[in-house]
Amino acid sequence: MSVSGETATPARVWRLGLWGTLLVLLGLSILVSLGIGRFGVPVDHVAGILLGNILPIEPVWEPVEERVVELIRMPRILIAGLAGAGLAVAGAALQGVFRNPLVGPQIIGVSSGAAFGGAFAILVSESQVLLIAAAFGFGLLAMLVVYAISRQQGRASILMLVLSGIVTSAFFSALVSITKFVADPDDKLPAIVFWLMGSFASASYEKVLLIGIPVVIGSLVVYLMRFQINVLSLGDEEAQSLGIKVERTRWIVLVAVALISAAVVAAAGIVGWVGLVIPHFARMLTGPNHNVLIPAVALIGAIYLILVDNVARASIAAEIPVGIITALLGAPVFAYLLRRAASKGWSTE
Amino acid sequence: MVDRMIQVENAAFRYRDDWVFRGVSFELAKGQTAAILGPNGRGKTTLLKSIVGLLSLAEGSAEVSGRIGYVAQKNDMAFAYRVLDIVVMGRAAHVGMFSTPGPKDYQIARTTLDRLGIGAFAERIYTQLSGGERQLVMIARALASECDVLILDEPTSALDFSNQALILLVLQRIAAEDGLTVLMTTHAPQHAQHLADDVLLMHGPGRQDWGPAKDMLTEERLEALYGIPVKALEIEHNGKVTSTLVPLFS
Repeated sequence: MSVSGETATPARVWRLGLWGTLLVLLGLSILVSLGIGRFGVPVDHVAGILLGNILPIEPVWEPVEERVVELIRMPRILIAGLAGAGLAVAGAALQGVFRNPLVGPQIIGVSSGAAFGGAFAILVSESQVLLIAAAFGFGLLAMLVVYAISRQQGRASILMLVLSGIVTSAFFSALVSITKFVADPDDKLPAIVFWLMGSFASASYEKVLLIGIPVVIGSLVVYLMRFQINVLSLGDEEAQSLGIKVERTRWIVLVAVALISAAVVAAAGIVGWVGLVIPHFARMLTGPNHNVLIPAVALIGAIYLILVDNVARASIAAEIPVGIITALLGAPVFAYLLRRAASKGWSTE
Repeated sequence: MVDRMIQVENAAFRYRDDWVFRGVSFELAKGQTAAILGPNGRGKTTLLKSIVGLLSLAEGSAEVSGRIGYVAQKNDMAFAYRVLDIVVMGRAAHVGMFSTPGPKDYQIARTTLDRLGIGAFAERIYTQLSGGERQLVMIARALASECDVLILDEPTSALDFSNQALILLVLQRIAAEDGLTVLMTTHAPQHAQHLADDVLLMHGPGRQDWGPAKDMLTEERLEALYGIPVKALEIEHNGKVTSTLVPLFS
């Protein structure tokens, strides 16, 4: 039998099964998470409340349950999902274009730039809008600095990019430290520290839009360039000899990644490890082809952060910053993946 | 009038103040095959990369008509792609910036694999293939680009005898079938003897010889090139006389 398409039949069946499973898991995790929290809501009530928006259903639930689900938890879960999807897509794209499974959004300086912008905004103002704008602006600024440092004679080597990212991150980390040092220890300092730890606690529908628009646009660009990311992952010379405009293509991907990462940091602080761990995990399921990997990491990243955020807000009476949990989970999982990959070679994951 | 596919004129390349090669000139017509020989470090790979457009010459020019398919010497694959996914990347020049390969591109990739007798490898993982199989996949990827000129950097270097023979056979066949112009580097004069119409011997900056293979692949010239004796032998095998070149290691 000859198959002319992209995949043979068994692979196609497996892939359809994967998409089905991931979509069902995403739906279930949203449904369950809407009910979880200090104020528990049974799953049937959650389902009723959601369906009540589009169908004429006689309410069997308390009005307070409806408010909790729709006004408090829904925006928070949407933000967690968008952040998870965005960070995972950003991580997968970076790992592809840098041909290195160990890089994440922090490598191109965006996270640390955005961290400084946000911390500075908290220091000088109460405004949420300023916080988001500053995180976003400094995130992009940091990436431009990396771009400027790494470019020599019109080209930027991968090594120079990574080293410039490290230098720039170190610089912005020092600026964050200065900001903390001069902050009022009773008032501003805790706010900065908690924001940096990463949290979805201050979710609202405005924030959903604010993070949603850049994350969706950035992820869409990465998705459209999934084949070009494949080619870039062969290395600069190979990609160029195959007819790809290497520099331009790579920078389009990097700007999309910066857009995603800055938006996530602006809305939720520093949520680390997602962009590193999720693509590794996803590659085990889908293989390394970014054609399939990019949409898969988006779904898995969303499911992951939605579930992790449940732990953040419901495990103990006080709220645990979600960035702490992603690091506590991410670091050991990543160490395990590293060991596994090291014994088999990167290429066999 | 013969179509000139590769035209190199007075080409020179240098790293800082050191010339790698200078004054290299040759022309290769459509359907012709040429081999470049020379000791390590005389700029064989650099010359190929300059012709492909990956490096810029310091002097002179290197022009190619038509599309180039390039098979590099080394391929360290960062990710364990399927063979089909790798071969379809050969279609990159035909795929738009925000686009992905279509059914036609996958069809061409599969047909190319079939042509090289490795159609069964389509779903296999590249990094799990042997050296000879990988080289065939890389040639398939170059061919999938529908190239007019095939440029290969030591395509037989890391291979055992049977795989060397296989690659030589494949190159000979596709060059004849598609009217491809082939330019390759090699450390094996016998391979050049087997495939090439013309040969470039790179002795060092400003010192190279270009000419028909039979004039270039002589005992004297090869001994001058490598600094060890190389003997031309005629061997009778299966009722046929084959000439070969043998280095003498003393």
